[in-house]
Amino acid sequence: MPSRDYNLLGPDAQNAVTNGLVTENWYKTPIPRQQIKALMRRSDQPALRDTAILFTLMIGFAVGAIAVGQSWWALPLWLAYGVFYGSAMDSRWHECGHGTAFKTRWMNQTLYQIACFCLIRDPHCWKFSHARHHSDTIIVGRDPEIAIMRPPNIPALLVIFFGIFDFFNGFKRMFTHAAGNILPEEAAYVPENYHPAIFRIARIWSLIYLLTLIVAFVLQSWVPVLLIGLPRMYGCWHIVLCGLLQHGGLADNVTDHRLNSRTVYMNPISRFIYWNMNYHIEHHMFPLVPYFRLPELHRALAHDLPSPSHSIFAAYKEMLPAVMRQIKNPEYQINRPLPATANPYQKHTSQTKAKN
Amino acid sequence: MTNWIDACSSDDIEAEDVVRFDHERRTFAIYRNHENQYFCSDGLCTHEEVHLADGFVMESTIECPKHSSIFDFRTGVVETPPACENLKIYATKVENGRVFIEV
Repeated sequence: MPSRDYNLLGPDAQNAVTNGLVTENWYKTPIPRQQIKALMRRSDQPALRDTAILFTLMIGFAVGAIAVGQSWWALPLWLAYGVFYGSAMDSRWHECGHGTAFKTRWMNQTLYQIACFCLIRDPHCWKFSHARHHSDTIIVGRDPEIAIMRPPNIPALLVIFFGIFDFFNGFKRMFTHAAGNILPEEAAYVPENYHPAIFRIARIWSLIYLLTLIVAFVLQSWVPVLLIGLPRMYGCWHIVLCGLLQHGGLADNVTDHRLNSRTVYMNPISRFIYWNMNYHIEHHMFPLVPYFRLPELHRALAHDLPSPSHSIFAAYKEMLPAVMRQIKNPEYQINRPLPATANPYQKHTSQTKAKN
Repeated sequence: MTNWIDACSSDDIEAEDVVRFDHERRTFAIYRNHENQYFCSDGLCTHEEVHLADGFVMESTIECPKHSSIFDFRTGVVETPPACENLKIYATKVENGRVFIEV
């Protein structure tokens, strides 16, 4: 049984190139230029509205939690604040990283920087990391953002719901950068001319986190760290809940996003927090379409995509048995039928043109 | 020596749009900006070999369809990562409703 090496510097990285998996030749549903042009159109209004709602809610929950003090009533308020900090900021990071949330570039940049800080993700490193995820989606040894590796490590998957790994990994990276160093894996995809900016950001953030700790110590209060830093752990469960569904249990090492990505219908609250990334096949096929037009894109592509999962629960019902089977058989994957109107799945051949 | 190539009709490109033009095993992107001026650049993004003609034109910029790198197609200058290299651009002129590029 062939094993998988997810290390970006490992043998599977080279195997992917040799096997022609590192290619621009990914399947795309044909769509008229006029239609996709209209779908890519930008606007500030939806993201301004959503951002105003988001920050109003965050401030409201935080003020409420502080006001009720050490009562048990503070717990749900802190948990709600945490979800917006630790989960909604993740989708803002993602959408603004693509530059599609707002029409105005500085607005994208501003929200992106705030979200990066909340998630302890360097804005430059993660820009390149996510670019690689889009180039080589779920290609073993190439994609740095594969959430469920094979064979799956179930205890580790449970731990990520509490953000422990991401929290400490974020700080480890931040301190490494603040000391003027880049991790070897990051060096594989981040150009050197970005290194000074990475170091500068890490030093500023280190200072902010240090000040937060000092204030907490001086005030003898948990409030500063419940506001800044810790929500990255106690509020990330929602993004993990949604995020694992993006590719979990589906194919790896293919060049058709219909095989390795999943679209899930979700309730309006989850869609607000997740900023419509539940339309994940559509997002990967056409990443320039802003989040607020993804439902329209979904309707335009529906004839060519596998049926979406009809709820988060339904998606887990499909994914979890497959993930459990992958423990013993890492080759196992979910195969979803296409509608009769769809083009067949793109079968990967090693003749596709490889890039470096 | 100047070599002007007849690439397309000026009506083939809408305002704020781009078309692909292939010539002698090379690929180009021909743009019409919001002020109805025409420009031409290499057809592939400098980050990865993605056709810019599938991207999004806003005023005088082209956004790569894969990773959202933005280039000013009047100058070729890259404005946002992950692309780090500028685009090569080519002189363009419109005569009798045809767009010519100098290659």
